[in-house]
Amino acid sequence: MGLEQKLGDMGIVTTSLEKAVNWARSNAIWPMLFGLACCAIEMMSTQASRYDLSRFGMELMRASPRQSDLMIVAGRVSRKMAPVLRNLYDQMPDPKWVIAMGDCASCGGVFNNYAIVQGVDEIVPVDVYVAGCPPRPETLIDGIMKLQEKIKHEPLKKWQ
Amino acid sequence: MSQSLSELLKSALGDAISQVTVFRDEVTLHVPRERIIEVLTHLRDVQQFNMLTDETCVDYYPREPRFGILYQLYSIPRNIRVRVKVMLSEYDASIPSAVPVYRNANWLEREIYDLFGIHFEGHPDLRRILLPMDYQGHPLRKEVPVTVEENAFSFNRARIDATKPYATE
Amino acid sequence: MAIAEPPIRIEDAPLNAVRVDDVQLDITLEQLKKLVSPRALTGETMLLNMGPQHPSTHGVLRLLLELDGETIVSCIPDIGYLHTGIEKTAEGKTYLKVIPLTDRTDYLAPMSNNLAFCGAVEKLVGIEVPIRAQYLRVILMELTRMNSHLVWLGTHALDIGAMSVFLYCMREREMILDIYEAVSGARMMSSYIRPGGLWRDVPAHFPQLVQRVLDVFPGRILEYEKLLKENPLWKERTVGIGKISAEDAIAWGMTGPCLRGSGVNYDVRKAQPYSSYDHFDFSVPLGSNGDVYDRYKCRMEEFNQSLKIIRQAMKRLPPGPVMTDDRKVAPPPKHEIAYSMESLIHHFKLWTEGFRAPEGEVYFAVESGKGEYGVLLSGDGSPKPRRVHFRAPSFHNLQPLSEISKGALLADIVAIIGSIDIVLGDVDR
Ligand code: SF4
Repeated sequence: MGLEQKLGDMGIVTTSLEKAVNWARSNAIWPMLFGLACCAIEMMSTQASRYDLSRFGMELMRASPRQSDLMIVAGRVSRKMAPVLRNLYDQMPDPKWVIAMGDCASCGGVFNNYAIVQGVDEIVPVDVYVAGCPPRPETLIDGIMKLQEKIKHEPLKKWQ
Repeated sequence: MSQSLSELLKSALGDAISQVTVFRDEVTLHVPRERIIEVLTHLRDVQQFNMLTDETCVDYYPREPRFGILYQLYSIPRNIRVRVKVMLSEYDASIPSAVPVYRNANWLEREIYDLFGIHFEGHPDLRRILLPMDYQGHPLRKEVPVTVEENAFSFNRARIDATKPYATE
Repeated sequence: MAIAEPPIRIEDAPLNAVRVDDVQLDITLEQLKKLVSPRALTGETMLLNMGPQHPSTHGVLRLLLELDGETIVSCIPDIGYLHTGIEKTAEGKTYLKVIPLTDRTDYLAPMSNNLAFCGAVEKLVGIEVPIRAQYLRVILMELTRMNSHLVWLGTHALDIGAMSVFLYCMREREMILDIYEAVSGARMMSSYIRPGGLWRDVPAHFPQLVQRVLDVFPGRILEYEKLLKENPLWKERTVGIGKISAEDAIAWGMTGPCLRGSGVNYDVRKAQPYSSYDHFDFSVPLGSNGDVYDRYKCRMEEFNQSLKIIRQAMKRLPPGPVMTDDRKVAPPPKHEIAYSMESLIHHFKLWTEGFRAPEGEVYFAVESGKGEYGVLLSGDGSPKPRRVHFRAPSFHNLQPLSEISKGALLADIVAIIGSIDIVLGDVDR
């Protein structure tokens, strides 16, 4: 109604279902609030005053995995935390994506030792790796936009 | 100042301390294991060292006795620090717990137990604290290698894939 | 002994189920039963798990709460979900290369950790630091304290329900991060303080950046206080909650604002001044009740004291070098490397092999935003430390949580955790 009155008759828009669904999905990602270590502080800055992640349609951080579809693993994952992380991932509804934020989550970073999982991709499948220790907020935003790009090109159903 | 402190403590504690060393203006009392509770109680009650700032373990491998338990004490009224050191053999790595004297030794000793495998007799709750409870071994001992990943910093995909596990959906 | 088999293997176990039946556990069920009261075993009280993934635990702290209705009977903290093995990794690195690792322990106050470690190395090796570097260290330390307190205030207020304070605090924090970035090139992990001084001199626009903080900040502190200090909701949630007496706080080894909130006048900056803190005139705010509100008031007053110190240090900032001329630890200046072969070799040796420190143990403590941050360093005569141990203030401040929270309401535990200002990277290291 409102839009039509403003813009006049827009006619008919045709698109494939896949594109429409992906467009919707990619612009309404609800990330899970999953701060682990130092990178989580940068993730907080990304949402806060100066960088303001909500400009990109993903400000709605959810504390519960059941309500979210993006897990930003912000920080190092210890061997004690690993089962918890996988448990949370399994609780997220499909479709779901994972961003490994920071060197520690991507590959273990400087901590090549007994306590740290050498890359969170040993536990959950990762879609986007964001490098940096910690990544600057701009880098994280870029990573999230890469993920949006990726979602836009995902097939809705994998035809065997 | 540290010289006079070491003299004072030496005369006050007598044969309970085997040796007093001063390094970089810090006094270290070397105490045999049997008398550690006695020494700590004296330091707390008589010498006013009311705060246990830190307790940790150092692995002096390959020396024997191998483990040194360090108690870092601080006295708020007197504004001085002192360190108490007990050496423990690898084959008999156990020591009376300091929890009855200093309450906050509880977690510190759990941490030492977790990372070094030192047993604290009479500790109220000696469990692993930092590592998962099914972890095997005590990683801060010197025989445990520092690194775990052999091919860190490699771009050789084939080599990485051969050793690295990947998760699936 | 080889390193223990990692407890998690992807191939053979679904990761949400850690299998504990086929490994030898060194604890028994009896030991675990002792943690809760006998009423829990009969089902009279309820056991509730909180964390490790919970927005109000400031990271990955896990609490096992035993509740009688809404009252906490016992609270058992479970830490270690962020155990990073920094102390082990430090044993494999030269003294210079340990500095970046110290940033990552208490990641809200990286410069304090740098200073604690570098101070320990300086004490062990026996190096004097030039006076300009000492003053700059003081300025940066105080900025770091403000940085740490800002994140504390923001998250603490967010936990209790004041969302806007969080956004304001992060806004001010960006100003401090700008200074970090100007001096060291990194927003958070600065590694700017080195044994013997600083990495390089501060850039030319450093005074303007600091001046901006000095100008803007006092007004902003008033703004926060207007929002919180006399706010009846805030007082309802904080006054009289989480009390700890002075004797208990000392016996538990609490330091920093948590100790001073109980009225004990202990501040490492005053008691054992380092980095020429004795040149500056400042006071140590003290509380009296030892509750959440007093700790809050102490930290808010510390903002003002930090600003006071920075103002004095900026006014009296002396010129001169920022790195000691002891070539044992200091790299040769850049221009010298260009024409002197010896300097080039020296530089190369210093970064690859490092410098040797004598055998012995030293303990060096600084007052970070959270309390006494100490480093116990044991050298063995080689370029790598034998043992580095961080005396983490959060670890000691968290330990009495089970005692403080006894008898409190479930909602209060969030306020208490916020007020003791833990950082899990610091607790677990
Ligand atoms: S990548 Fe760096 S900043 Fe991020 S968690 Fe690891 S150490 Fe901390």
